[in-house]
Amino acid sequence: MAQTQAKARHVELGLSDDDVLDMYRAMLLARAVDERMWLMQRAGKIAFIISGQGHEGAQVATAWPMRRNHDWMAPYYRSIASTIAFGMSAEDIITAHLAKGDDVSSGGRQMPGHYGGAPYNIVSLSSPVGTQVLHAVGIAMGAWVRGDDVVAMTSYGEGTANQGEVHEAMNFAGVHKLPVIFVCENNGYAISVPLEKQVGGQSVAARAQGYGFPGVTVDGADPLACYTAAREAHERAVRGEGPTLIEARVVRLTSHSSDDDQRRYRDPAEVEALKQQDPLVGFAQQLRELGILNDEVEERLRAEAKAEVNEASRRAEARPEPDVATAERHVYAEPEAQG
Amino acid sequence: MAEMNILEAIRAGMDEEMERDERVMILGEDVGKKGGVFGATDGLFAKYGEKRVLDTPLTEGMIAGAAAGAAIYGLRPIAEMQFADFVYPAFNQIVSEISRMRYRSNGTFGLPMVIRMPYGGGVHGALYHSQSNEAYFTATVGLKVVAPGTPADAKGLLKASVRDPDPVMFFEHKKTYRLFKADVPDGDHVVPIGSADVVRAGKDLSIFCYGYMRTCALEAAETLAREDGVEAEVVDLRTLRPLDLATVLASVEKTGKALVVHEANRFGGFGAEVAATIAEEGFEHLDGPVTRLAGPEVPGVPYHHDLEEWFMLSPAKIVDAVRTLAAY
Repeated sequence: MAQTQAKARHVELGLSDDDVLDMYRAMLLARAVDERMWLMQRAGKIAFIISGQGHEGAQVATAWPMRRNHDWMAPYYRSIASTIAFGMSAEDIITAHLAKGDDVSSGGRQMPGHYGGAPYNIVSLSSPVGTQVLHAVGIAMGAWVRGDDVVAMTSYGEGTANQGEVHEAMNFAGVHKLPVIFVCENNGYAISVPLEKQVGGQSVAARAQGYGFPGVTVDGADPLACYTAAREAHERAVRGEGPTLIEARVVRLTSHSSDDDQRRYRDPAEVEALKQQDPLVGFAQQLRELGILNDEVEERLRAEAKAEVNEASRRAEARPEPDVATAERHVYAEPEAQG
Repeated sequence: MAEMNILEAIRAGMDEEMERDERVMILGEDVGKKGGVFGATDGLFAKYGEKRVLDTPLTEGMIAGAAAGAAIYGLRPIAEMQFADFVYPAFNQIVSEISRMRYRSNGTFGLPMVIRMPYGGGVHGALYHSQSNEAYFTATVGLKVVAPGTPADAKGLLKASVRDPDPVMFFEHKKTYRLFKADVPDGDHVVPIGSADVVRAGKDLSIFCYGYMRTCALEAAETLAREDGVEAEVVDLRTLRPLDLATVLASVEKTGKALVVHEANRFGGFGAEVAATIAEEGFEHLDGPVTRLAGPEVPGVPYHHDLEEWFMLSPAKIVDAVRTLAAY
C-alpha cells in the first residue's frame, strides 16, 4: 500500500524512475565529495572545510526544477549538492577546495566552500552571511525589468535568515513579485546556537506571510517533498506570481566546519539520532520500496560515485597552483588583450 | 553648448545613457514619480517607466545588493542613495561584495554599476545630511570614486561611470547642485574616469581639490592673485580613485608647494593619501610642507548656522592656508 502511494507520488510529479535515480545519484556524489574533502582536510591537503552532509536531499531536490544555464543560483557555503545539481562537477568542487589556479570559483583566491561559477550561472559567494540573498533578488529584478523568463534561487541557513539583508531582500521581492526562490536550509544550529535561541517564533517559513508570499516548511529528509515545493515555487515564479520561501528542515550531520567540534555543545545522543534523518538513507529506502533501487543498483551507484570522486581528486590535484604573478589581476576590468 | 547646473547635468547624463542603452536602469528611494528628493531623476519615470526608474523601500542594503545582482545579470544599474549619510546599511554590500566581486571570482564576475550619493555640508543638514564620507570608499580597493565639481564634469563623468565595467561611487556635492550654471558641451560628452583637470594655471603653489572645494579654491586663487600677487594653480582631481598622479606630480614639480583641500575631516581623510604620495614621489620638487586644509575633527556638521559656518571650509579659509604655505 505504502509502495503504491509512494510510486504515485513521484510519477504524479512527472518524474520517471530514471529521474529519481538521477536525484539519488547526485545526492550520493555530493556525499562522496563531502566525505573525500574531510579526508583531504585530515590529510593536510585542505586547510578548512565546511560540510553539507544531511542537506543533500533538500539541496538536490530544490535545485532540480531549475533550468541549467538559464536560471540563476546564489548558493551558500554548504551548497555542495545544490551546485552539483545545477551543473558543477565533483572536480570543480574539489579543485576549489585545493585552491588551484584554474579553479572555476575563484582561481584559488577564496577559502574552501565559497562556490561560484560564471559558466553555470552560479554567483560567487562571500563569507558575510546573507549577502547572496540580495544578489539573487537583484538577478530576479533584472529578469523582471527585461521581461525575461528567468528564475533566481538562493539558499542559506536559518542563522542567516535573521540577517537584515535577508529581510530587505524578501520584502523587496514581495513588493514586485520577483521570480525568486528563497531556500532556507534549517538544520537547527547556527554553529553552536540552537534554533530556539535564534529564531523568534521558531518558524522561518512563517515570515514569508509578512512579505506577501507563501512560505512552506518541508521535511529535508524527504527529497520528493522538497521537489514538490520547489517545482511549485518555480512554476509560480515563471507565471509571474512572485517569490516562495521554502524552509527545509534538515540535519547537520557534521560539526559546523573542520574548525568546530559539535560535541562541545550537542548531546552525543542527539547527534547519534540525527542519522535516522539522513536524507540518503531515507530516500534509498523509498526507492527500494518502489523497486527502483536494490542492492545491486545501490552498489553500482556507490561505486560510480567513488570512482568519479577518485578521478576528480586525481585530476584536481594535478592542476596547476595559482601563479603569484597573477595576484594583482582582476581588481578592475582588464583591457581585452590581457583578458 | 547648453547652460545648466550640476543637477540638470546629472539628469541629462542619466537620460542620455538610458536612451542609448536599455540595460541602464535607476533604483532608489523616491526616484520615481517624485524624481528624487533633489530632483535628479525628475521626468525620467514618465519617460522610461516604473521598471527602469524604480522606487525602492527604505532599504539601502537592498538598493546596493539588488543593483549588484542586476549588474551580474547584465544590466547597468544606477543606484541612488538619498544621502551619502544613509549609505551605511549598504556598506556590507559595497565593501564585502561590490568592491570584491571581480577579484574574488578571478575576473569572471564584474559589476558595471554606479552608486550616486549626494554628500557634503553647507545646506543646514546637520550631522546626518552633510557628511563627506568619501574616504571609506577611496580606501576600498575595487571601487572607483569620482567627485565632480562642474556641470560639464558631472555629466561627462556620470556617462563614463555608467559605461565603466567596474563599480563607481559617484559623489555629488549637494551644495553645488544649483550653485551655478555653466556650459556643458553638446553631443556625447564623456569625461574619462581617472583624469584630473588643471582649472587655473599658477606658478607659486598648487591647490588640489574636488567637488564644492573647486569653486572655493578658484575664488580663493583670484583673491590671492589680486591681493597678494600669488598665483595659485588649482587642480580639480575629479576622480579620487584612481588618482591622476601624473597631473598631480606635474603640478607640484611646477610650483613646489602643495595644499590639499577637502571638506571631510583631516585624520585619515583622502587628503592624507594625496599628501603622502606627493611627499613620497614629488619630494625633490618641494620647497614647503605638503599641507592639508580639511574639515574639523568633529563627528559631523553641527546644525546651528554659526556652528555650521564654523565647520565649513570657505574661500577665506583657503586664502589663509595658502598665505601660510606661500610664506615658505
